[in-house]
Amino acid sequence: MKRALVIAALGFSLAAGLAVAASDPRRSGFDFMSRETQAMQKDDFSNPGMLWVQDGADLFKARTGTSGKACADCHAEPSMKGVAARYPAFNAKTSRPIDLQGRINQCRLDRQGAPELPLEGHDLLALTAYVAQQSRGLPVSPATDPRLEPFRRQGEALYKKKLGQLNFSCADCHDANAGRRLAGAPIPEAHPTGYPLYRLEWQALGSLQKRMRGCMSGVRAEPYGYGAPEFVAIELYLMSRASGMPMETPGVRP
Amino acid sequence: MVRPLLGLLSLLAFANHARAEPLRPYRIVKGEIPASLSGKPGDAAKGRAIVVDRQTGLCLLCHSGPFPEARQQGDLAPSLAGAGSRSSVGRLRLKIVDSRALNPATIMPSYYRTQGLAQVAKAWEGKPVLTAQQIEDVVAFLATLKTP
Ligand code: HEC
Ligand code: HEC
Repeated sequence: MKRALVIAALGFSLAAGLAVAASDPRRSGFDFMSRETQAMQKDDFSNPGMLWVQDGADLFKARTGTSGKACADCHAEPSMKGVAARYPAFNAKTSRPIDLQGRINQCRLDRQGAPELPLEGHDLLALTAYVAQQSRGLPVSPATDPRLEPFRRQGEALYKKKLGQLNFSCADCHDANAGRRLAGAPIPEAHPTGYPLYRLEWQALGSLQKRMRGCMSGVRAEPYGYGAPEFVAIELYLMSRASGMPMETPGVRP
Repeated sequence: MVRPLLGLLSLLAFANHARAEPLRPYRIVKGEIPASLSGKPGDAAKGRAIVVDRQTGLCLLCHSGPFPEARQQGDLAPSLAGAGSRSSVGRLRLKIVDSRALNPATIMPSYYRTQGLAQVAKAWEGKPVLTAQQIEDVVAFLATLKTP
């Protein structure tokens, strides 16, 4: 009962949120899914990702670290709206781009005096999903800081680089063959709009990096590690490629 | 919610590994590899099994063909039906060994190649996708795929 209320409070209607303009040729992975899976994503009561969002809401309010502060002590909830839609952002401290999970961990270290949360662990995914869910329905709006540009170009080059024993680039599948069927499964356009998202195959919420690691092992390439600068650069490129498309977090995928 | 296509991409990753053996040299003559890679003839029945096995041949990720038992077939590439009528055995062999020799822009992987690849997963380092004999088996099978 309590959970249902929290979920209802967090969710807002997606009815108008998902479709890009009819003239926009880009398609979210959502559009390639079966109706049942689409329905699962659209209904907050059946979207399993909402369980992580709810845990994230609790963690957001939990006091922790040597500062004894909660995220909520510095950030009123509405201030997280739109944040995920413009990440990765430029991090002046390291002079590099930082993604949302990295940013959350930086707040833990610097502001809360708490240890970083493990990448791909439950708590960091939950917090990220909670923050990103507040951008749901908003257009992807990549950060405009010119210092990001070289990293975005690096991401584009990595996206086009052939990898692995099977010698495929991301672009070979997601640009040249999107919409075709790889052994029966439609190849989506690789838009990052739903992350972190719940994959039925994972039976869990996972990050965009987890998705990309799957694609890389698929072509028998050694995947970059979680948090690798290469991944952050590809994330930057994917977000600029998806500019203007609506955020869907938490998405559901097969 | 049952997932029919359990982890298509991850399946590839844990496929049977071709044994690490040094690649045998081969000669390309006029768009063909005329001689058997292994020095032995191929076995068409084994070749068929390799082609339909998504973890060994990987062919049906991209191709379709006359394989009623394989429910999930790809459409990134032409059907394999009639492949044996369209190409000579030597050309089929080159197509599998190193497709780029026939079409530099192809996405079809080179099945007998270990060099010039980036970031190959440790389990596959130095290994071709298929062994010389597996390729001979596949070629023997493709040669049976005649247009009716
Ligand atoms: C051999 C084909 C292939 C290659 C190469 C490939 N992918 Fe994918 N990718 C897929 C398929 C198929 C899916 C759909 C998921 C599934 O069913 O496994 C997918 C899904 C995705 C998604 C999820 C989209 C969504 O809607 O959630 C992203 C993002 C993605 N890929 C990015 C990449 C990146 C980045 C690379 C390169 C590092 C890459 N892919 C390489 C085939 C590929
Ligand atoms: C990743 C995609 C991919 C995979 C995997 C793949 N192919 Fe291909 N293949 C292609 C494409 C694309 C073509 C079309 C011509 C070209 O690009 O050179 C092709 C062409 C062919 C042809 C010539 C077709 C004709 O018109 O007669 C044959 C034969 C063939 N492939 C056999 C195989 C076999 C056998 C396997 C597995 C051992 C395989 N392919 C795996 C993509 C693939």
